[in-house]
Amino acid sequence: MTDHLRPDGATEHLRSDGAAEHLRSDGAAEQMAPASSASAEDARAMAPEAPVATAPEAPVAPLHRRLGVTDEELELIKVKLGREPNHTELAMFSVMWSEHCAYKSSKPLLKTLPTRGNGVMAGPGDNAGVVRIGDGLAVAFKIESHNHPSAVEPYQGAATGVGGILRDIFTMGARPIAVLDALRFGDPADPRTRHLVDGIVRGVGGYGNCVGVPTVGGELVFDPSYQGNPLVNVMAIGLLEEKNLILAEAPGVGNYVVLFGSRTGRDGIGGASVLASATFADDDPNKRPTVQVGDPFAEKLLIEASLELIDRRLVLGIQDLGAAGISCATSESADKAGTGILLDLDAIPRREPGMEPWEVMISESQERMLATCLPEQFPDVREVCERWGIQIALVGRVAEDGDITLIEGGLGADGTPNPGAREIARIPAKALTSEAVVHYRLATPPTRRRSAPAPGIPLTAQDGLPERGMDPAAVLVALLGSPNLSSRRWVYEQYDACVQSNTVEWPGHGAAVLRVKGTRKGLVATTDGNQTVSALDPHLGAQLSVAEATRNVSITGARPLGITNCLNYGNPERPEAFWQLQEAVRGMGDACRALGVPVTGGNVSLYNEYPGGAIAPTPEIGVVGLIDDISMLVRPPFTTEGDAVLLIGESTPGMAGSAYAALAGLSAEDSPPTLDLEREAALQSFIREAIGRGLVASAQDVSGGGLAVAIAECCMWGGLGATLRLGVSGSPAIELFGESPTRLVLSSRQRHAPALELLARQFGLHAETLGVVGGDRLRIDLTGQGATGAAEERGSRVADALDVSIADLRHTWDHGLARALGVETGHGHGPGPVVAATPGEGA
Amino acid sequence: MRIGVVTFPGSNSDVDAQNALSVAGVEPVMLWHESPDLAGVSAVVLPGGFAYGDYIRAGVIARFSPVMRGISDFAAKGGLVLGICNGFQVLAESRLVPGALLRNRSLRFASKIVAIKPQRLDSPFTHAMDGNPIHIPIAHGEGCYYADEATLNEIERNGQILWRYVHEDGTPALDPDDPSNPNGSLRAIAGVSNAAGNVAGLMPHPERMSEGILGTDEGMQLIRSLVESAKSWEAAGRPVPTKAEAVK
Repeated sequence: MTDHLRPDGATEHLRSDGAAEHLRSDGAAEQMAPASSASAEDARAMAPEAPVATAPEAPVAPLHRRLGVTDEELELIKVKLGREPNHTELAMFSVMWSEHCAYKSSKPLLKTLPTRGNGVMAGPGDNAGVVRIGDGLAVAFKIESHNHPSAVEPYQGAATGVGGILRDIFTMGARPIAVLDALRFGDPADPRTRHLVDGIVRGVGGYGNCVGVPTVGGELVFDPSYQGNPLVNVMAIGLLEEKNLILAEAPGVGNYVVLFGSRTGRDGIGGASVLASATFADDDPNKRPTVQVGDPFAEKLLIEASLELIDRRLVLGIQDLGAAGISCATSESADKAGTGILLDLDAIPRREPGMEPWEVMISESQERMLATCLPEQFPDVREVCERWGIQIALVGRVAEDGDITLIEGGLGADGTPNPGAREIARIPAKALTSEAVVHYRLATPPTRRRSAPAPGIPLTAQDGLPERGMDPAAVLVALLGSPNLSSRRWVYEQYDACVQSNTVEWPGHGAAVLRVKGTRKGLVATTDGNQTVSALDPHLGAQLSVAEATRNVSITGARPLGITNCLNYGNPERPEAFWQLQEAVRGMGDACRALGVPVTGGNVSLYNEYPGGAIAPTPEIGVVGLIDDISMLVRPPFTTEGDAVLLIGESTPGMAGSAYAALAGLSAEDSPPTLDLEREAALQSFIREAIGRGLVASAQDVSGGGLAVAIAECCMWGGLGATLRLGVSGSPAIELFGESPTRLVLSSRQRHAPALELLARQFGLHAETLGVVGGDRLRIDLTGQGATGAAEERGSRVADALDVSIADLRHTWDHGLARALGVETGHGHGPGPVVAATPGEGA
Repeated sequence: MRIGVVTFPGSNSDVDAQNALSVAGVEPVMLWHESPDLAGVSAVVLPGGFAYGDYIRAGVIARFSPVMRGISDFAAKGGLVLGICNGFQVLAESRLVPGALLRNRSLRFASKIVAIKPQRLDSPFTHAMDGNPIHIPIAHGEGCYYADEATLNEIERNGQILWRYVHEDGTPALDPDDPSNPNGSLRAIAGVSNAAGNVAGLMPHPERMSEGILGTDEGMQLIRSLVESAKSWEAAGRPVPTKAEAVK
């Protein structure tokens, strides 16, 4: 149990004389969002290891340990309170001091991230990042995980993941306009994976479709490391008028504290501490009650009522109830305003009788909001809620003392406890939130930095595949049909993509694009996360993730406004896992500084482990960009026969972590490609400039599957072939299928090609014209000095040409995913999960 | 002229109907589900969404709402009512149009662009269409059109089948397993009208493809048909059509 001692031996944490100051040494505002923003994720401490009810003769662990509070944390709680906590207080601390709510392991790392930037109105520490976009408007966005709940109960876990992130958005005063879902699973052929994919996709769709927010993009990735621990990361985007920005605070002593939305039940008890903050044995039925149950219909009403309350200035502060429920919403709101809250337990509407006070305080029942209003405005607040059919209750008053105080016996009209009322809990709000425990974990690089080749993979270099007589077109076809690179159509056709009439670009062809009604502006959004390189080098993996996500936005002509991140890592108490997190945060910060993009928020999901091992470290990056004139938007597909095709940027060696390596094997000594952040920044500036000057007809970046896949996508999506010549200086495999970053495939009118090349060189970038768009085949001749032919002269062929019909590419790409999941043969077409009280899938 | 758009709790495509009507130059009037008063509008759109959460079955609770009383009266007097997606389900549950909408044959929610073709061009809901297939989105889990054989024959004979799911060449995708028939609808039916012809519903969303920036404005052909018909009906002094008139 050395986990939360500082590496430098700060055992003084545990002294009783002012130890609080040491434990909470950073004193900074939370770097990441308030915990309530999440519905309880990752951990669950209702005793992950506690032998509570198993063997009758086994000694029962002390209550605090069964709640996931360590002995050392208990000592600190006593210091904070100046006495022993009672059961209710201990339960409140257990959820608020969970990894999920307190960021107790990650906080020291996260505060190193760059968070300031042009137009940032709200950032880490608020429910969502908010950035101005002009015309008096702003955009709110945030990504969050719901990994463990989705592993336990895929439909509800994913559905409530959507619900939770949407609440983070409208809590800021923004109307949710889009969702993106980044999903990661194990082997697609495995029945359990198929069960999870089916339930999670249905859950995302079931919630988003009903609540009326389009799902416009995301990711679906298969990697063996997620076999026992799938990842469900959901990003939401909202649009607001700047003047409607509102914070989660409870200002003004004597003001009313109201709770509205669904009633409080026993679902999701301890979600933050049990599910979200401990490692995980799969299929543990005892954890099912810790998963919340979502009701998108209730959420839809909550959105409308909340936005009306905010727009009419009827509430002074508003906070959603997510992880740690009422405990979190009250303590965060009070702490932010420098106040306390006197809470009337009897006034809190319950779903069932007989709930214990601690259950009420930490329940994670969904679709609830806490707000503060002036007493004289309460009748109006009630009218709005009742018109939308939402229950509302006056549950407390803003207090001066800085404490969250829970009483039983009711409050009088003057806001003071009735005679005979009993105090059940009293905790300083700060002790639960901004002054929660912080652990300085040990970080140790692993001794073995990368995994050995899989069994059966030859240990010799396979880079030269095409020139050894193998048809490069066959490799391309295999890549395009592979589970990770084939069309995601089977998934996104289950999501309403166009409700609200803003969707300019439907899912499937690069970044999502939304118009902003009443303006010429557009918003461009994407999520990207590179887990394969992160598994080898977490610092580089995080940098690559930021680079790719921002690049995907820049190639449309949009300027990235900020990033939100979801850091999915292993158990921080393991020094190797904590090192991965530390390196990832460092890499993300380096990339964001180099690219001039602020981090506006995010979420940390730790303990992503299961008995079979830990997940590949997964830094999921969400980006929203702004394009000032949407008529200038550029997309990846080739548009016009006869256009020139250009390659910007140069390939660098290193195939490790690539889709090609997964397909063809890899030499043991190969490494991932490198990333030059300065060059990346130049590339993104270049493409925005080129698009702004109207020189670009289409733009695609080189990522998964390499240049050949990027070009194939331009062809398939545009329904046009191309005839190209590619100079090969190293190995044809690296040129065609290597995934070195900072490269683009552009097409332009022939007359613009020279200007484009010149502009690229002005930005210090390599540029060459590869050929011309046209026909119904993709042909790439490989010329120059290849790995096999030192004697060959420049211009001569070094390998067989890649030559394949677009129809063939399209066919394999189109059907790859459904084939991998076995859903085209009738499997997976069975009835959906039978879930009581789930809205229909009607329309 | 003003056209009403009903908001049930859980309606979510009401904003799309509102947007398309505005694009068509009509003032949309939002009608709240709790009142049977239609505020004197010249036509009503029942929008997509999940009215009352679509609990039990899509559209079945909405049928009993006060506003539906107003709409039944309005329809009986010849007023034009267009139900889109969930609105179609509500009309079917209310027996204002024939048939029922079952779960999609795939048993999955389906969101994609489909091609539909008007089957007659003299209906109030199609007369401004050019007769070619239009490409508009569907977004539903329960859109498989079903009616018994006798009813199908009757609506076919009466010309109540207004739109069918079609291939690119305009031929109907009659086989329920044809990929161009996205939900397995019988006889490829995408939308129908009542016998009088003044109440119609369809599963696809014309209002969501009402501007070029959204992909195409082909859906506007249908919206414009409604708007122009409502204007004519208003100009003619709100005539009550006889059944014989509508059924040619």
